[in-house]
Amino acid sequence: MRLNVTVNSEHRTADDVWAGESLLYVLRERLGLPGSKNACEQGECGSCTVYLDGTPVCACLVAAGQAEGREVRTVEGLADGDALDPVQEAFVAAGAVQCGFCTPGLIVATHDLLHRVPDPSDEEIRESLAGNLCRCTGYEKILDAVRQAAAQVRA
Amino acid sequence: MTGSATDRLATSDGVGTSPRRPDGALKARGEFAYSSDLWHEDMIWGATLRSPHPHARIRRVDITEALKLPGVYAVLTHADVPGTNLYGLEHADQPVLAVDVVRYQGEPVALVAADHPETARRALARITVDYTELPPLTDAHAAVAGAGPDLHPGGNVVRHVPIRHGDVEAARARADVVVTGDYEVGMQDQAFLGPESGLAVPDGEGGVDLYIATQWLHVDRDQLALSLDLPPEKVRLTTSGVGGAFGGREDLSMQIHACMLALHTGRPVRVVYNREESFFGHVHRHPARMQYTHGATREGKLVFIHARIVLDGGAYASSSGAVVANAACFAVGPYVCPNARIDSYVVYTDNPPCGAMRGFGAVQTCFAYESQMDRLAEACGLDPVELRVRNAMVEGSRLPTGQAVEGPTPVAELLERLQAMALPDERVGADVIELPGGAGNTTHGEGVRRGVGYAVGFKNIGFSEGFDDYSTARVRLSIVAGEPQAEVHTAGAEVGQGLVTLQGQIARTELGVQRVVVVPADTAVGSAGSSSASRQTWMTGGAVMYACRAVRDRVVARATLRLGPGELALAGGEVRRTDGSGAIGLAELLGDEAVEETFEHHHRPTSPLDAVTGQGDAHLAYAYSAHRAVVDVDRELGLVRLVEIATVQDVGRALNPQAVEGQI
Repeated sequence: MRLNVTVNSEHRTADDVWAGESLLYVLRERLGLPGSKNACEQGECGSCTVYLDGTPVCACLVAAGQAEGREVRTVEGLADGDALDPVQEAFVAAGAVQCGFCTPGLIVATHDLLHRVPDPSDEEIRESLAGNLCRCTGYEKILDAVRQAAAQVRA
Repeated sequence: MTGSATDRLATSDGVGTSPRRPDGALKARGEFAYSSDLWHEDMIWGATLRSPHPHARIRRVDITEALKLPGVYAVLTHADVPGTNLYGLEHADQPVLAVDVVRYQGEPVALVAADHPETARRALARITVDYTELPPLTDAHAAVAGAGPDLHPGGNVVRHVPIRHGDVEAARARADVVVTGDYEVGMQDQAFLGPESGLAVPDGEGGVDLYIATQWLHVDRDQLALSLDLPPEKVRLTTSGVGGAFGGREDLSMQIHACMLALHTGRPVRVVYNREESFFGHVHRHPARMQYTHGATREGKLVFIHARIVLDGGAYASSSGAVVANAACFAVGPYVCPNARIDSYVVYTDNPPCGAMRGFGAVQTCFAYESQMDRLAEACGLDPVELRVRNAMVEGSRLPTGQAVEGPTPVAELLERLQAMALPDERVGADVIELPGGAGNTTHGEGVRRGVGYAVGFKNIGFSEGFDDYSTARVRLSIVAGEPQAEVHTAGAEVGQGLVTLQGQIARTELGVQRVVVVPADTAVGSAGSSSASRQTWMTGGAVMYACRAVRDRVVARATLRLGPGELALAGGEVRRTDGSGAIGLAELLGDEAVEETFEHHHRPTSPLDAVTGQGDAHLAYAYSAHRAVVDVDRELGLVRLVEIATVQDVGRALNPQAVEGQI
């Protein structure tokens, strides 16, 4: 099938999409956007988190066809040219990035959190990021990064 | 020549600071290329057929129907392995593809290459394998006792490490207090987030380039060359982004398979496991059963320890031989014990293969010996921390292997500092959410008791038992666009830990040059050894340091011709006379000529363990850590809530404090 989808404010078309493909597969393999990660492909780890019409979803759980005519924003669409988004900036500065495989999903989830809740409590941060797994950091530096990003976004 | 401390400060982001990771922004933008992100013109997809049985004879494999499926480029079996079908880190005992028997559920049997991952999956379903199931050997204790059948030639005991230290039988009579315990720890998985994946690209001349997530390029390369029947120079490996490792990428997974498919089809082949296949695709932490007897004086001084440790190695040896040696060497814990009898076994079973995972054998026994220390403290009527401090190793203490412990050995100090840390507040009128059972609303505090437990552990750094452990670095200093630039090239695998950052820091400090480029790790430079055993900062960091110093010496020698004799320092992009009487910029000194040096850094030799007594100076150095866990336990329901974990660790000198914190 042919898929029409707006990705990071650009209209994109993918041809010969097999109906069983996920939005994650189409982003990564057909649209050249591998930033959303293929860590579990079963909605457990949050590494493929993207915005779909403004709502964060696991792209691995969205059938490609469900994205027809809709708007997707991926981790590649957060930075403003050379300038990192404050969330991206905070993750790098705080040492929240090690192997980095969970980072894109955590950054999109944090981006969403801070736009809903500009000054989140630690409990709210933990709750919001509960669907994102990291195996390197032990999460402490990730919590630091979210607090730093929140302060930056509020400033 | 020397460089004063002040001079070295002229360059920022050197050793002791926490500069940003050079790959950090790319990773945060989603633009860092992991091994599962790679793409190539004409690329096709590889997939693996795995055994559904833990133990079975293969009567027949029929690939006819799979080959008929449109979009399928190749279906391969063991008959298509160009070289030796057996590989492995310590023993070549693991088939690239099963021949006539499978020894664990998930063992690879056949490969497919196709135009789409779904086509590949459908082709796998069309391969017919005629299995005769065999009873699986699943009990490691039974395997030690001789239960069969033999899964490999030579029997099922992969390795037995005995350690005989002092005289345990004589010591028994002197022990006032004796405690015993049986301990069991289960299998664990590294569960790195980036699944096994890579891209193999045939070069059209019989060779292959493999872009891969691994912990040790050269050991992969050497195993690949044997199985592909190619000279090593025709198998070129480059690290792509590694989504975590934790030991799980020390063994090969899809490397040979992808290269076989690429060489067979003449097309670039990408293999990406999904999460379920990843659990079949790498080794796990060994499950262990440990029987311990500790004897001590009434004052709590250890008199003897008798330990029997059985690790389940699963179907193939992997690094089991080294893991079982660690379990034995560190079986007593970081304590002085004059008499010890330790027998540590690892066996083949039809369970999933086990190998390297963070801690590598030292973790399993830590659970047992620290549980024993708690029991001993109770039996002696002593505070558990006090008992540990009374027995703590110090510098010069001897391990049960007879080896004297060198270097700082702050076991008692870690415990004392940990005990001095404030405890979390007692629960006061707590929210039900903060009780064991949480939102399950199973208690309002009745039956809940708080427990505080301490444990201390230690582990070796670097490869042990006489292994020639080394790393290689090539450093090139040149002028690029008018500025001095150092290029650092090693094969050290960046797996998230920050080696790529540290190499730059070391080069900046050693060369006094701000601009450092760490080029991608590949097999075009000598081996860096493995990104495991907590060794890369020491080994590859050391190789970079010494290579930089060799470059520095040549630059300074050249500057001496211009500045005349006297003490010179390389700092801030120039060579200066340390008395301030002259300097020459690197741009002027080097012009368009580069200075390049390669250094191979070997750590001091270690010795094998004696096969009968387990005596030997087998280890290079150790890291120590102590933890305190505070838990609330509902004693009626067995529900536990973790309140706090506190830790004190000896990190030596932190070359990058933020990266060190990231490892704790």
